Amino acid sequence: MNAADLIQAVKDRFPQAVQASHSYRGDATVVLGRDSLLEVARTLKEDPAFQMNFLMDVTAVDFSSFGKKQSPAFFTSSGVSVSPSPQIPDQSPWPGPPGSSRFVVVYHLFSLPFKHRLRLEVPVEEDDAEIDSLSALWGAADWLEREVWDMFGIRFRGHQNLKRILMYDEFVGHPLRKDYAVNKRQPLIGPVN
Amino acid sequence: MTQAIPPAALTSRSTPGQVETRDMLLNIGPAHPAMHGIIRIIANLDGEQIVSADVEIGYLHRGFEKMSETVDYNGVIPYTDRLNYVSPLINNVGYCMAVEKLLGIEVPERCHYIRVIVSEISRITDHLTCVGASAMELGAFTVFLYMIKAREYLWELVEMVTGARLTVSYCRVGGVKGDLPDGFAERCHKALEETRRVLRESDTLLTRNRIFVDRMSGTGKISAEDAISYGITGPFLRASGVDYDVRKDCPYAVYDRLQFDVPVGTRGDNFDRYLVRMEEMEQSMRIIEQALRDIPAGPFQTHPETGRPIPAAEMVDQAKVGNIQGIVDTRAVTDPTLDGSAKPLHLFIGADEKRVFLPAKEDTYGNIEGLMQHFKLVMYGHGVRPPKGEVYFPVEGANGELGFYIVSDGANSPYRVRVRPPCFAIMSALPKLLIGDMMADLTPTFGSVNMIGGELDR
Repeated sequence: MNAADLIQAVKDRFPQAVQASHSYRGDATVVLGRDSLLEVARTLKEDPAFQMNFLMDVTAVDFSSFGKKQSPAFFTSSGVSVSPSPQIPDQSPWPGPPGSSRFVVVYHLFSLPFKHRLRLEVPVEEDDAEIDSLSALWGAADWLEREVWDMFGIRFRGHQNLKRILMYDEFVGHPLRKDYAVNKRQPLIGPVN
Repeated sequence: MTQAIPPAALTSRSTPGQVETRDMLLNIGPAHPAMHGIIRIIANLDGEQIVSADVEIGYLHRGFEKMSETVDYNGVIPYTDRLNYVSPLINNVGYCMAVEKLLGIEVPERCHYIRVIVSEISRITDHLTCVGASAMELGAFTVFLYMIKAREYLWELVEMVTGARLTVSYCRVGGVKGDLPDGFAERCHKALEETRRVLRESDTLLTRNRIFVDRMSGTGKISAEDAISYGITGPFLRASGVDYDVRKDCPYAVYDRLQFDVPVGTRGDNFDRYLVRMEEMEQSMRIIEQALRDIPAGPFQTHPETGRPIPAAEMVDQAKVGNIQGIVDTRAVTDPTLDGSAKPLHLFIGADEKRVFLPAKEDTYGNIEGLMQHFKLVMYGHGVRPPKGEVYFPVEGANGELGFYIVSDGANSPYRVRVRPPCFAIMSALPKLLIGDMMADLTPTFGSVNMIGGELDR
């Protein structure tokens, strides 16, 4: 099943839940509403037509400074962007960040029997950064969601053990948010307890 | 830091007529010789049996993903070296192929073959380290020394190709740094021969060794369903009987043209993982041999009759007497001190896209076009600028699926780089692997996970 067929199959099954879709560079991607994530994920995992038995990756993107990078005034217009070659499947152009929400939680699913991959994107608002946990469906979600919480401060409803994983408990803030300065240091000094 | 479980929470067991026992909390790591790298396992023991375990990671977190957002696309490559530092070349390849997918460019076939060869060399070094270190922890120190010896031969190859042993930074967006050096195939065959000998010796020392088998067999078991649920991939998953290999199932580069088998275990225990890794090394060597056979011609061409490189002076002499048969399309081997002699190393390995691939140094220093091309790629504010978009690209790392998810906003540095580290998934399943086993089984189980701190904590 190619990316377009897969997206169509997901759309047919969940006409209400799928808000947008694209297959930029051949990666099948559907954008879902936050409320329908758990139901869609469960169906994708358990339905014989999809059998997405692997949750390969959970991550998030902070779109708050997307396209706002300052170039030195000299060079503003001198950058060259490359257009794709005809060998790479590129049926649909990339539609841009899904919605106007600050965060997007990104799930990469893989189906072992069908060998197809699907990316789920769920926009999450900054002032209500909470989303359903998938840890009841996949064991992999446990640590991956902890990492997203640690790095982006997005909470996962229903996660049994949502604590920091890479950073230490005393760490303040969430380092992969765009407003966390890259050179900000928080030394952990001395014994803490 | 995780709060230690207070003693009151530990279960005390008393059965009539027996002495009351109480569970013991044992803190293993972060600095412990058997914890490769830094990691802390908090095990709750009933006697010698592990009742529950908590794993704490993050001691080697260096902010790979954050740093990647601050440098240009080629600048991320040195950071990827430091992800899985036992097989850095596979990380290089995975990242570069992800950016190439984002750009939509194709690299030449020879470059694909080179990437396959160096990836497979790295896979062997990774498996050698894993098996050797696990064997050492079970008392088989000789095997460790043998395997490190074999790894040394392979790292000499890596050094020959990349100029470094660990911090290789060999791939570039749109190609590789330079072509394979002269005489590489010959050296490679010799190194593989030595590796095969070491593997035979190690196989004799381990596979039917009573002590080794008793400690590996039946410990650290995980079922195929659990392994899939935890997102485990690579040799660890295949030992549980699932034949998922990115090289076979989602082939990239030229893996679909090469013949190799995917070894699969049946029991999902430490011993099966050992067997799978041993067989994978043999399969990787098969791949390297086929790739060396099939690789399109490169800059070093030999005389069709003598099989030796033709010196430039000899070529001129032959051409003067009109004897151009066989050498008309052949490049001469020039003195290495001669200006421009290294230029052929850059002829066949880069994408034909001047806005992406760095020119050969001879061009940068030798002509104005090369200089401009170089400057347009390295100067602050310029560089490779992929169109806006997002891609995910998986390759088969030594521990499993190594995926890069990259988001571009059209600027010269990535907007977001996410790496899916294969041993992260395996480590998250570690408590499940340990529970019910004996304390002494922790060492072989943890050894077979092949945890690489740089990749786990990023």
